[in-house]
Amino acid sequence: MATMTIAKAINEGLRASLTQDPKTLLMGEDIGELGGVYRVTDGLKRDFGALRVVDSPLAESGIIGTAIGLALRGYRPICEIQFDGFVFPGFNQITTQLAKLRTRSDGMLSAPVVIRIPYGGGIGSVEHHSESPEALFAHTAGLRIITPSNPQDAYWMIQQAVSCEDPVIVFEPKRRYWLKGEVDTSAPAGDPFSAHVLRAGTDATIVAYGPLVPVALAAASAAAEDGRSVEVIDLRSISPIDFDTVTESVTRTGRLIVAHEAPTFGGIGGEIAARISERAFLSLEAPVIRVGGFHMPYPVARVEEHYLPDIDRILEALDRAFAY
Amino acid sequence: MSGSRVPAAEFEVEEVLRAAHSAIGGRQEAAVDMLQVLAPDGTMAGGLTAEIDGEPVDFSPYLAATDAAHLRSLYRDMFLVRRFDQESTALQRQGQLALWVPLTGQEAAQIGSGRALQPQDYAFPTYREHGVALTRGVEPAEILRLFRGVTNGGWDPRERNFHLYTLVLAAQSLHAVGYAMGIQRDQLADPSLPEAASVAYFGDGASSEGDIHESMVFAASFNAPVVFFCQNNQWAISVPAAVQTRVPLARRAEGYGFPGVRVDGNDVVAVEAVTRWALDHARSGKGPVLIEAYTYRMSAHTTADDPTKYRLSGDEQEWQPRDPLVRLEAHLRSQGLADGGFFDELAAEARAMATALRDAVLSMTVPDMESRFATVYAEPHPLVQEELRFFQQYEAGFVDEGKHA
Repeated sequence: MATMTIAKAINEGLRASLTQDPKTLLMGEDIGELGGVYRVTDGLKRDFGALRVVDSPLAESGIIGTAIGLALRGYRPICEIQFDGFVFPGFNQITTQLAKLRTRSDGMLSAPVVIRIPYGGGIGSVEHHSESPEALFAHTAGLRIITPSNPQDAYWMIQQAVSCEDPVIVFEPKRRYWLKGEVDTSAPAGDPFSAHVLRAGTDATIVAYGPLVPVALAAASAAAEDGRSVEVIDLRSISPIDFDTVTESVTRTGRLIVAHEAPTFGGIGGEIAARISERAFLSLEAPVIRVGGFHMPYPVARVEEHYLPDIDRILEALDRAFAY
Repeated sequence: MSGSRVPAAEFEVEEVLRAAHSAIGGRQEAAVDMLQVLAPDGTMAGGLTAEIDGEPVDFSPYLAATDAAHLRSLYRDMFLVRRFDQESTALQRQGQLALWVPLTGQEAAQIGSGRALQPQDYAFPTYREHGVALTRGVEPAEILRLFRGVTNGGWDPRERNFHLYTLVLAAQSLHAVGYAMGIQRDQLADPSLPEAASVAYFGDGASSEGDIHESMVFAASFNAPVVFFCQNNQWAISVPAAVQTRVPLARRAEGYGFPGVRVDGNDVVAVEAVTRWALDHARSGKGPVLIEAYTYRMSAHTTADDPTKYRLSGDEQEWQPRDPLVRLEAHLRSQGLADGGFFDELAAEARAMATALRDAVLSMTVPDMESRFATVYAEPHPLVQEELRFFQQYEAGFVDEGKHA
């Protein structure tokens, strides 16, 4: 057991992957000497060299596209996109090429490319540095999308993404990079595509992922003071979604709140609401309620605290669920 | 309605097109040398030299194989792929293919470059590289599976070192560069591996795509063993090349810091020699090369296209004498390198290929919908599995209905 931040846990996970498999390599902007703008790859170029830790030209389509070519040659590239809002120049390569390669080849080719994307707001930054575009990728068949919320998951999920034969996008909760926690580097890793129940409860369920997991846990604690027993599920995987775990929980609690930073319209919360209404309709005491961003481009930093779901927004949603 | 509006029909369409073209054209021809060995009249130059990046380059070592048997085999490949193209066009017209992408006019660019490749090289095509495909051992019928609508692929790229067709313009150029970066790493890990290169095929239209720029930047940054093979067929569907580039495409390489050459894309001998040189350059660690094969799309962009709406018939007539097959046939005949029997046998071979192709297309197996669920992911995916179960039950319901009826 060691205590480390999420950023360090990813760094250690990448180090483990680079050590175990000579076909792995990192690619991205400023990830070598600098160690990435968040220093997640700090020290890896020094230890693994410029052929394994590649400072790429500043071109996201180039990063993803060449990673696909490397994968076709038998490599396992791990790409870093500097910020969420900068993934879009690579969107075409991800959606039309990477996601479709296996289907296009009738199952003959695999594209085990990992794309790491720091995402989400709350860091007081400028435009394009605080977005949550996960739903755009979740809508694309062929991709897998995971998002760790704590150092233990961060350490293992990045390695599991690397060893997966499918392309995996790892959305990293950038405002939680410095969140510390225990990491057991010897524990066998669980399924990265399953949800975890982090807090048991009987009256309502909150599903959250990535940066909102600590917020959901805090909201559940606050609700407990009001005598409400709230279960909290860390979704962990956005594609596929572990609907079994969510359904089982809702069958017991009867109420479901889904919280994410991304706008609610067309988002992951809507997908969960629809599935749960099909699977657990008769168990529901209230409609599934979504807590998320508004239908607007991510707002300027000085007002982002009013945009981001916080404890009170989740508690307000719980109130509505209990009022039915 | 105010004023007078002249109906468009009162304009001479040809005149309007001519005026538009003369306003943008005329710059390219003079601005760069075009390498050529076999002239349109069938005369063959004794050698080929050029100045590339200020250095004299003698292509003689790469021209070595100009003996009669080799020239006849190049002609055979070009003749067969043209016949393949004609048969595929006919199949599309008869409703047997969803679409066809003709290559007529570009046989020399494709056969010449494809024949220059070694087995260990790896080519990334667009969707028009039927000639290159045949040189890599892809069966004619395999190419048509995509256009028949029974697959989005058609062959195992790993067996042929020839990637699947890519329909999003220029996306494959980055794959070629990444693949070349993989070759570099493999050779550092095991120097006993044969030297290899990748080839990115694209056209003048795709040259405007950002991925071409990014792929050339990456290739130069990492000195990747990749050859960019651009077939400038003059037309990006309806827009002439001169609109998309103010300098000859070959000269763009200079901006990235690697050699660029323009070769007569209708001269199979020169294309083969220049591509062999470029591959050698890339394989030996000297970095990327851009080849612009200057050619002409003698047919439509696809079978859904109508070139009469945007280009002059005179334009097409001007290119007719430069036909890649005509010039090699003229050379073979005038030099006594092939007799009438050769051409007769080849025509018979092409007819047989076309018949076999037609039979193969008509008997292609349509995949069942269930199999589509199996290739979305490499590893089990609960949503796909759930939807497959739903689909199976839904379909089974119809079977039951039938039984009861």
